[in-house]
Amino acid sequence: MRVHFKTTYDHDIRLFADARDALRYGLLVALAVALPFLLDDFLLGEATNVLIWAIAGMGLMLLTGHAGQPSLGHAAFLAAGCYAHAILMGRFGLPFAASFVLAGVIAGFVGVLVAIPALRLHGIYLAIATLALSILTEDFIVLAEPWTGGVAGMTAPDISILGMEIDRLGSPDSFYWLCLAVAVLVTLGYRNILRAPFGRALLAVRDSEISAQAMGVSPARTKTAAFGLSCMTTGWAGALMGHFFYTFNHEVFTVVISIQLLLMIVIGGLGSIHGAYYGAAVVAIVPQAINVARDWIAQVSGAGGVAIPGLEVGVFGLILIFFILFEPLGIHGRMTKWRVYFELFPFYRRDMFRRQKSYLRTERMR
Amino acid sequence: MEILQLIVSGLANGSVYGLIALGFVLIYKATEQVNFAQGDMMMLGAFIALGLGNDSQIGAPFWLACAGAILAMAAIGWGLERAVLRHLFGQPQIAAMILTIALGFLLRFAAGAIWGHDPLALENPVAGKTLRLGGTVLGLDEVATIAVTVVLTGLLYLFFRRTRLGIAMQASSQNQLAAYCMGIPVRRIHGSIWALAGATAAVAGILFASKGSIDPGTGFLGIKAFAAAVIGGFGSLPGALAGGLIVGLIEPFASRYLDAGYAQIVPYAVMLLVLVVRPHGLLAQVHAKKV
Repeated sequence: MRVHFKTTYDHDIRLFADARDALRYGLLVALAVALPFLLDDFLLGEATNVLIWAIAGMGLMLLTGHAGQPSLGHAAFLAAGCYAHAILMGRFGLPFAASFVLAGVIAGFVGVLVAIPALRLHGIYLAIATLALSILTEDFIVLAEPWTGGVAGMTAPDISILGMEIDRLGSPDSFYWLCLAVAVLVTLGYRNILRAPFGRALLAVRDSEISAQAMGVSPARTKTAAFGLSCMTTGWAGALMGHFFYTFNHEVFTVVISIQLLLMIVIGGLGSIHGAYYGAAVVAIVPQAINVARDWIAQVSGAGGVAIPGLEVGVFGLILIFFILFEPLGIHGRMTKWRVYFELFPFYRRDMFRRQKSYLRTERMR
Repeated sequence: MEILQLIVSGLANGSVYGLIALGFVLIYKATEQVNFAQGDMMMLGAFIALGLGNDSQIGAPFWLACAGAILAMAAIGWGLERAVLRHLFGQPQIAAMILTIALGFLLRFAAGAIWGHDPLALENPVAGKTLRLGGTVLGLDEVATIAVTVVLTGLLYLFFRRTRLGIAMQASSQNQLAAYCMGIPVRRIHGSIWALAGATAAVAGILFASKGSIDPGTGFLGIKAFAAAVIGGFGSLPGALAGGLIVGLIEPFASRYLDAGYAQIVPYAVMLLVLVVRPHGLLAQVHAKKV
């Protein structure tokens, strides 16, 4: 059992709780850096996929998990980042780094534009409004054909950083490292936001807007900033996604992707950075696991491969229902419980993570 | 007379949207949860009616098949509440939202596994028949759809206004704790409201499948019904119907007078406009809290 004896206030907001924590994350990063030497190209592609989804998930996590604003429209910001990057780099010939950063800023700016009217909306209304936004984005991409290539789509330009060519298919190793670098930087930035006053303002707004106001936090400003940061991060993920898919059109950024992003962070665990990574891993693993299981069943039963369309979505839905019912805190919550169980053994109590239930009151009578 | 035909077909489509929106509103009114699976419940109801009624399947008489589908969907709605949603009691709204999205995935998967992914049509007595009114020819199926919807909405409205159960449902929505204290069995109320929403979904599905064809992806129509419910005002039954009719009317006129790409975004654009200008819908039920 670890005892944290706090002697200064800095202890509460340090990046790592103690040296052991720092070592664990250091080892994790080292393993992640070494991954291209351990995996073949296919698995490395999957790992890259996980990283990109995790970056997008962190974007949504900031908004939904920490600021408490559910969004069913984050595919729109993925698209904004992806197309902005492709246009800036392909049309205007900007270098990769500048175009990449700008793409995120543009997506974040779009997010702020969306946030201003959305400030009036709460909970379910916000979810529906963002859902509509996501649907409109698909049509908008088709309509803005001169810029986006419409139905035919666009191809991602080649990346070259300091004379080094990075290509998703030609050099998967360096593309993976690029995504890893972005993921690590985003994670560090995210972690630092949470340590700063702004991060605590986010939590205050999530838990109660009225009490946040009483503490001198402006909900409107906090929510707008949360939208901006969240959409910026998601926009970066979109830019990387464009390189990952190489060619893309409006069908890549459907409303289904928006929904999947939200479901992903719920499975991972709302309100934790870890959750974005766990959720991304689940999203990447489920289709592969189904493929493996299908092959195995075909082998055992001796029959040919049975293809059930829609099975993937069904299994995903089932996993989600189990999590909502039995582990509302997601994978991260389960891991934390296990860790506490072992650290406190044998003093773990069943009700340690019990959440207070609240009776709902109508939103229509505020 | 082209305009009249556009209006009637718009109203018929709008009726279906309105009925799905009614399902949203029913559940929202009574449980303060939003059922994102309502569109998929509509699709499943249509498939059950089709499975019972079509000659290639079981081949029961049409009316029997309809009754069977409505009962089955009521049972499924009640069962979903009992088995799954009841466990969410006291958890935040977003949990219910995500859970119903997942339920929608499962229903879609189940329908796809049983009836396949090809579009199927429901055999019914009004298909293809026409009604002559003066100089205009109207599809009997469309007129029937509008009539059924109007009657059903009226009944539901009276139910919420006049019956003890309806008033208990409103009370449990406004304040669960207070409703408990007044002796209202809030959980049982939730079960019955889900059954009612399931039955409504089945009616909407039957009407939709009578006019055209359905496949498991039809549930995405629910998103349009969302637009309807939001435009009319979540929490208002007449509002849901009105919103449905507005969306239904916008569609044919938009596709008639606008370019192809723009027509389909008009309903959502209207919805966003309503959300921004009047967030609680045209027939809003929001009252300022009295202190």
